[in-house]
Amino acid sequence: MSINDLPRPTWREWLLTDTPTSRNHARLANMYQAWLAFRGNHMAMFGLGILLFLVFVAALAPWLAPHDPFIQDLGARLQPPGTPGYILGSDSLGRDILSRLIYGSRITLYIVTLVAIVAPLAGLFVGTVAGYAGGWADILLMRITDIFLAFPRLVLALAFVAALGAGIENAVLAISLTAWPPYARIARAETLTIRNTDYIHAIRLQGAGPLRIITKHIWPLCISSLVVRVTLDMAGIILAAAGLGFLGLGAQPPSPEWGAMISEGRKFILDHWWVATMPGLAIFTVSLAFNLLGDGLRDVLDPKEGKS
Amino acid sequence: MTTVSNPTKGRRRSPFYRFAIKTLQTLATIAVTMLGLLFVTFFIGRVMPVDPVLSIVGERASKEIYDNAYRALGLDKPLIVQFFYYLRDVVQGDFGTSLRTGFPVINDIKRVFPATMELATIGTIMGVVIGVPLGVLAAVKRGTWIDQVARVVALIGYSMPVFWIGLIGLLVFYGILGWIGGPGRLDIFYEDLVPQVTGMILIDSALDGNWEVFRNAFSHIVLPASLLGYYSLAYISRMTRSFMLEQLGSEYITTARVKGLSEWNVIWKHAFANIKVPLITVIALSYAGLLEGSVLTEIIFSWPGIGSYITTSLLSADMNAVMGGTVVVGLVFVLLNIFAELLYKFFDPRAT
Amino acid sequence: MKLRSMMIGAAVAAVAGMTVVPAIAATPANMLVIANRIDDITTLDPAESFEFAGSDVARNIYSRLVNFDPKDLNAGYGPDLAESWTVSEDGKTITFKMRPGVKFASGNPVTAKDAEYSLRRAIILNKTPSFILTQFGFTPENVNETIKALDDSTFQITTDQRYATSFVLNCLTATIGGIVDSKVVMEHEVNGDMGNEWLRTNTAGSGAYTLGSWKPNESVTLIANPNFYQGEPAMKRVVVRHVQESATQRLMLERGDIDVARNLNPEDIAAVAAEDGIAVDSELRGRLMYISMNQKNPILSNPKVVEAIKYLIDYKGMQDSFLRGQYTIHQAFLPATYLGAIDDTPYSLNVEKAKALLAEAGYPDGFEANIIVREAQERIEIAQSLQNTFAQAGIKINITVGTAKQILGEYRARKHDIYLGAWGPDYPDPNTNAGTFAINPDNSDEAGLTGILAWRNAWDIPEMTKETLAAVVENDRDVRAQMYEKIQREHQATSPFAIMYQKIEQTGRAENVHGLNLGGAITAVSYWNVTK
Repeated sequence: MSINDLPRPTWREWLLTDTPTSRNHARLANMYQAWLAFRGNHMAMFGLGILLFLVFVAALAPWLAPHDPFIQDLGARLQPPGTPGYILGSDSLGRDILSRLIYGSRITLYIVTLVAIVAPLAGLFVGTVAGYAGGWADILLMRITDIFLAFPRLVLALAFVAALGAGIENAVLAISLTAWPPYARIARAETLTIRNTDYIHAIRLQGAGPLRIITKHIWPLCISSLVVRVTLDMAGIILAAAGLGFLGLGAQPPSPEWGAMISEGRKFILDHWWVATMPGLAIFTVSLAFNLLGDGLRDVLDPKEGKS
Repeated sequence: MTTVSNPTKGRRRSPFYRFAIKTLQTLATIAVTMLGLLFVTFFIGRVMPVDPVLSIVGERASKEIYDNAYRALGLDKPLIVQFFYYLRDVVQGDFGTSLRTGFPVINDIKRVFPATMELATIGTIMGVVIGVPLGVLAAVKRGTWIDQVARVVALIGYSMPVFWIGLIGLLVFYGILGWIGGPGRLDIFYEDLVPQVTGMILIDSALDGNWEVFRNAFSHIVLPASLLGYYSLAYISRMTRSFMLEQLGSEYITTARVKGLSEWNVIWKHAFANIKVPLITVIALSYAGLLEGSVLTEIIFSWPGIGSYITTSLLSADMNAVMGGTVVVGLVFVLLNIFAELLYKFFDPRAT
Repeated sequence: MKLRSMMIGAAVAAVAGMTVVPAIAATPANMLVIANRIDDITTLDPAESFEFAGSDVARNIYSRLVNFDPKDLNAGYGPDLAESWTVSEDGKTITFKMRPGVKFASGNPVTAKDAEYSLRRAIILNKTPSFILTQFGFTPENVNETIKALDDSTFQITTDQRYATSFVLNCLTATIGGIVDSKVVMEHEVNGDMGNEWLRTNTAGSGAYTLGSWKPNESVTLIANPNFYQGEPAMKRVVVRHVQESATQRLMLERGDIDVARNLNPEDIAAVAAEDGIAVDSELRGRLMYISMNQKNPILSNPKVVEAIKYLIDYKGMQDSFLRGQYTIHQAFLPATYLGAIDDTPYSLNVEKAKALLAEAGYPDGFEANIIVREAQERIEIAQSLQNTFAQAGIKINITVGTAKQILGEYRARKHDIYLGAWGPDYPDPNTNAGTFAINPDNSDEAGLTGILAWRNAWDIPEMTKETLAAVVENDRDVRAQMYEKIQREHQATSPFAIMYQKIEQTGRAENVHGLNLGGAITAVSYWNVTK
């Protein structure tokens, strides 16, 4: 390794070098510089902080929650925030709202993670195959993409959930089903620009098959624009999941899913505002955090915006 | 590697020929997309474990009545035959009758779509009028507190659960302050006072010169439209900022500045002029999104729009209504897309 | 700078635009405006309509031969379009004398021919509610003999056997007994549909109102019928607007944009009751809330398990909390105010007793079961409360929420474990509920008696079926009542139905509105006595 021959640089110098010594080095250096740019964006850091906090809360839910989120007490229903034992109040069945919010964070994370994996992967697959193969495969796949794009989104999700039965897993699938087409379009556009580059030609000459080229060389190049898009879409996904919960087709009771909690609480919104407002605020905060993060990531990763 | 269209072949033909081919292609695209939409909707409707017959005959029905209705709907025929019959009717302009309302689907859509369109149009206008300047401002003042405020304002718009903020908004502006009209499109005593021309009450009442109805309709639409407007503002302002930054970073802007053009001229005459086309695309797409009908907003505001029409129809397996609604929404989406594409081609010489 | 001032300008304009809106304090004096959930209306044809909101419309548009007087529902049925009637010796033939001089909204006179046409039409069309009439032996083949006008003012029906007269006449007060204008309807007949297609969205009756407009999921407007034989009603227009949310209905009521709000939840009721100018009415309705256990399930068919479950419901806790004021504990299948109704409440939450019963049944550690419930807030809350109390005896309940049609489909196909739902009577005779909760002529899957609750739960009851059938032909009122009481007590003890509550409808009403009657447990709303 050439590093050993030179005066040992600090980690920082090594990461900031203009002359990377290996592909991994270059990659790490790029990531570090992106991180530095990102770190300067306080808003984005704030968003990241909230999300880390969310993960922390979800992981430690059983220890953080003051009550069992499912225990009912019809004698202590609709207690206002600040009541001893019910910091954020209690709901219609006398369950502690704070504890339900804390446990609900697990469901939110679960939904977000699953959709963030399923939808972009599906889109990536369809988009790159269409873009790389071209011809009839391209036309066919893009027509299908168009059909799904033209579908009213919540309707498609609802139809799907209604077909498969209500429940959190099906809600995730349904939302993914409505979310993948834009990713497919992005991935296809990226693929079209990459496809005819000398780099890909060179690899093809080395005898790499299409599968290998797509998975090993095209996919990694599409990732960054997808990541930005996914992060910005996260808020929409959370809201869509909450919307399904609100319509009673998301998580099943007594699950403390936030959208379902709002739905339960909206009956009382005029007199017992906290029942719907607390989960509303939770959804709002997490959505905002994702948006701030995504916005910051776009500034850093999206090459279009350049450095002005 | 195969490519379908060989560009050199077309170039030798007359412009008219090319135009005709292009039009045919576009029409074929629309037709295929619509066919696909119908097929997917139809299929979903049939695999859904919701029984359309129950919507007609209700809980008490005996088996005999149930079976009669089942046959009357043609459900005893094979799926593909049912789909074929349906297509045949649609081609003749007949979307069938809604099981849930008893009216022809076309009539229902004529009633609900203008309601959504009115809401979406005003929402989009609000989004554009506020969102575009906000985005430009944020780009020009990049990194300053103005940019940050614009960012937060926009992102809050993205992050709000509309069903929650809608209820709170109604409580405050209607319930407590009484500044705006309540749920629904009009106060009840103003209903049916103006002849229906477009189905959009604001336009109909203006055409009729009935300003009292106009004012009442406006007081009803202002809150739901603002909520949708805020959402589209968020999207439009972020995209505007992003487009503007791209322009402001480019060389010709620097040149223009060096030449001593006023900042106003640089921003609006040069940079902004160049982002018009992509911006219109963004606006068209956001408009198309609102035209789907925001189901939750419609529920909260008792707004009889197409979103809640399709949703409630879906939940009672009224597939004629769902397919009719989906086709209309899909068609609007596709048309707006094509419009945006044409615009691109028209204004942007680089695109072929 | 310019941008900023522009934005501020826009904001100011928007706010100014909002504030200039005139606030109207009250609805017009001759107009009644009601907020209700009316998305269940699928048809306005009285031969076909069966849902709640549809019955509300039909009662105000179609007069019947016999009907209830909204001013005195307890009096039972009385003359409406039929002025009087006589019953033959053998009790099978009832002859009605039509009220003279009554006109339809169209101006056509109401004659016995219209009655003949309307009832024959209901039988021949054979839509869902037709069972209310066909249970008396009317068939499309025999209507020419059994339902006939003797002349313009005399009308006669003949049943296949002797039934309690009150049973027959009670059934004629149902929506399906609505008399349509035969001339007008026949003009709109298409392909022999007896005007069904047209009557779905139009009306042709002689009642207090005619249909102004019906916009599905949006509103129904009724216009006073100047030809109404009891005199044109005071409210010239009645508008029922579909408003889904309780909170929204409450805001509209408080703002004076509506006169009556019909779907307020307990919290909103409590709040409007405290407002000046708003009154709250409570009216006992006929709807029952119950759970039922599918007897195809080997565990749930164990009588001890069934009994244990009846002790695992927190009847009082729910009644006094989230159901407060809107449901009252009721544990028998006949709603209070019905002939033969009983108010015994043998069951209450008793976890120890339930545990003992479960141990006897061989399930000391409980078991797992699924409960299906449709997407409606209060039902989901009840389901969660059941889940909670059942768990105390070790029974693990999974809740499946679905759309109304989805859940109903499963229930009718006998695929459920436990069903949580409501049942509303179709006509104001005890048989309306006895004939579904306590009858099961053939328990086989092939029988497909999907309209019968006992069949849906695969509850095989040959003895009780006989008793129930005997009760409909008993003509002595007191004996009949005693028969129903006996059946209900047995039902209460042995059936897989745990009947929990009877519905109380609470409405918020502007204080200046008087005379609104919702129809109690026996019929639908009537607007024609309303004054302001």
